[in-house]
Amino acid sequence: MRWIWIDKFLEFNSGVSAVSLKNVTLAEEHVHDHFPGFPMMPECLMIEAMAQTAGILVGEARKFQEKVILAKINKAAFHNYVCPGDTIILHANIESISPEAASTAGRIMRGDELIAEISLMFSHIDNNLAGMEFPEDNFVFTDMFNSLLTGFVDKNDTPEQTS
Amino acid sequence: MAMTREDIFTEVQEVLIDALGLDDDEVTSEATLMGDLGAESIDFLDIVFRLEKAFDIKIPREELFPAEALMSNPEYVSNGKLTETGLAELKDKMPHTDLKEFIADPDVNKIADLFTVDSIINFVEIKLNAA
Repeated sequence: MRWIWIDKFLEFNSGVSAVSLKNVTLAEEHVHDHFPGFPMMPECLMIEAMAQTAGILVGEARKFQEKVILAKINKAAFHNYVCPGDTIILHANIESISPEAASTAGRIMRGDELIAEISLMFSHIDNNLAGMEFPEDNFVFTDMFNSLLTGFVDKNDTPEQTS
Repeated sequence: MAMTREDIFTEVQEVLIDALGLDDDEVTSEATLMGDLGAESIDFLDIVFRLEKAFDIKIPREELFPAEALMSNPEYVSNGKLTETGLAELKDKMPHTDLKEFIADPDVNKIADLFTVDSIINFVEIKLNAA
């Protein structure tokens, strides 16, 4: 199982930008302990949510031929808490992309309020870690990611199904 | 107007401060990227992306940091040192780098020290002049 930290895409502009949405709820058990009496979405999971938004954007840009791995967090600045009941909108843009890697810039908004700025680097591992062996199938982009993109990209361009 | 070497240095300094999370005074022209500034392999790609943006140039990855490809070729490396052929190849691929000291003892472990701030400035200067 993969833990998906975005609920759906709102916009998907292939190779350029993507906008996704996440509803934060008290049904997510981890917020009960983070923190007792003051439940909030952990910042590390906001980074993961951005990594999924931007990572799918980067993966789709090369038609899911690459295994896209988060390689570096260039920037992660948080300006306010996100609590159960909040809806956050994640905006990701591709800054640069090459056969080996990609860099993205992102913002997380709650309404008009800027919650976080998160810039990431992704590695296309088959091209970037020569000499290391990885599984043949694309273990990064699984069925659940696939369903998120329904309606946004051509069916033929979605990742191949893995079991 | 063409950029002076000093302009290029300032811009490269900015790129390295952002890419590696450094303080201004750490980025001297003699500093080595890996040894002194703590760059790791993914940082090299980050630096390439940022240089492309800062100077509006295209940089194929092997051009600025060609040593990786050299080191995995047995024709170029023998017994932990670069062979004559390897050295010739390195000279050819890294005209922007001062190889004098390295040639005296071409230990592959020292290749990392060839990547200095100065070599990046040289590289950018050559690229800009060719444009």
